[in-house]
Amino acid sequence: MRSEQRVPGSLPESQAELRRKFLQDVRLVPGGDRVSRCLQCGACTGSCPVSYAMDISPRTVVALFRAGQVEEILRSRSIWICASCYMCTTRCPQDIKITDLFYAMKRTAMDAGLFPDRFPVHLLSKNFVRIVNRYGRNHEGLLMAGYYLGRNPLGLLALLPLGWQMFRRGRVSLFPKKIKGLEAIRAMIQEAETLKMPPGRHPATYEKDAVGYAPTV
Amino acid sequence: MKYAYYPGCSLEYAGRPYDESLKAVFRALGTPLTELDDWNCCGATMYMSVEETTSLAVSARNLALAEQQGFHQLIAPCSGCYTVLLKTNRFLRESPELKAQVDHLLGKAGLRYDLTVTVRHPLDVLVNDIGIDHVALAAKRSLNGLQLAPYYGCQIVRPERGFDDREFPTTMDRLFERLGASCVYFPLKTRCCGGMLMTTFPDVALKLVSELLDCAIANGAHCVLTTCPMCQVNLEAYQSRLARKFGSSHEIPVLYFTQLLGMALGCFDTELGLQRNLVPLNAPLAGLVSSRSR
Repeated sequence: MRSEQRVPGSLPESQAELRRKFLQDVRLVPGGDRVSRCLQCGACTGSCPVSYAMDISPRTVVALFRAGQVEEILRSRSIWICASCYMCTTRCPQDIKITDLFYAMKRTAMDAGLFPDRFPVHLLSKNFVRIVNRYGRNHEGLLMAGYYLGRNPLGLLALLPLGWQMFRRGRVSLFPKKIKGLEAIRAMIQEAETLKMPPGRHPATYEKDAVGYAPTV
Repeated sequence: MKYAYYPGCSLEYAGRPYDESLKAVFRALGTPLTELDDWNCCGATMYMSVEETTSLAVSARNLALAEQQGFHQLIAPCSGCYTVLLKTNRFLRESPELKAQVDHLLGKAGLRYDLTVTVRHPLDVLVNDIGIDHVALAAKRSLNGLQLAPYYGCQIVRPERGFDDREFPTTMDRLFERLGASCVYFPLKTRCCGGMLMTTFPDVALKLVSELLDCAIANGAHCVLTTCPMCQVNLEAYQSRLARKFGSSHEIPVLYFTQLLGMALGCFDTELGLQRNLVPLNAPLAGLVSSRSR
């Protein structure tokens, strides 16, 4: 635990900012404000099949959040190990949407650029979004290649025998294809990015690449 | 009832046996499926980790398209897609603020969504719409003697209160028991297989998968049935790796439930994509296959 000189009841500015961002997100999730009702019973931790691998248990995550220590949560691996199986949400006696809160924390972490050390798991999600924005559908080959090549090329090699077995059976696609309505989806995403920006800023313009895709951020 | 069919990105390749066998089963039962035209990725769990409103809009485009194409029932076989589309419907219904934002974004794509589409899982449609009686009448062979571990995975029964119990569902059990099979004691029937953790934290996912397979094998199952492409690949593709890591054999065929259902309905092996499974069929299953070459 980090020790800080604090006036009881107040938060350091960085923590307050994180908490504000997180609360904004949580408020939009239907029922998100129920997190204040947590009675620390631990049913979530007990039900979670991967809590054994987390450094901070689900119950402690909620406790830390309520204590204003969001940064500590974001520096842990816990939210990234969540497999979103929803067992915690199903069993919580106070009907708190714990899994959805973990999603909100993932988003807060990405916005704030806060991750545990040497931990590129969020890159998988970012890569996924990039592929969907480019083609309209996911492409597993691109997803895997993009994730492994940057950080663990040997991992990709280890996957090749399985990849070959799947390919022989017609279960691997080599070339991604674009959907017809791709322009429409990009228009939506562009608009979403513009709405997120502080007033007065305009999105940077990029050259379209070989598949006609220009990133919006 | 008219159904639109939303395969989702996984069913095109990795989950191809699911796509093929699902279509074969619905054809055999006289309810052909119409694929949703120009569907896009639902966003899965990963888009929601990055962006909420955009993710909802991307997912809602499919619901808007279904409305536009005249459908109010959308069948989504993949658990991930099913959960995301259901969640989209619920969020838009419960939060007028989110709905307004998503409507604005959909407008940029020339679409609108009026919340009139219901998202269904094929298991739900087969058992609750078409009905077990009708399926049993259409069956060409009995599954007598077959011991099954029906694995639902985590997302078709959670988090929404849907068509079955959230921890101990019985829809698949009832369907196959009526067809003559028996379902073994399988308390882990909705425990997570690890999903995307197989890529991000493989040790954790492998442990989860090994626990599931151990439970099925120890209770005498001849095969595991799945309802999700991610679960099926996770359970099927790493069995030899598990043997090396944990020492004991984890070999057991893992089929999509529609593949076994198709076998009972007399569909041919190639129609059901049986040649695409990684683990070969064992004796109890092999006897149920209708092969075109015979």
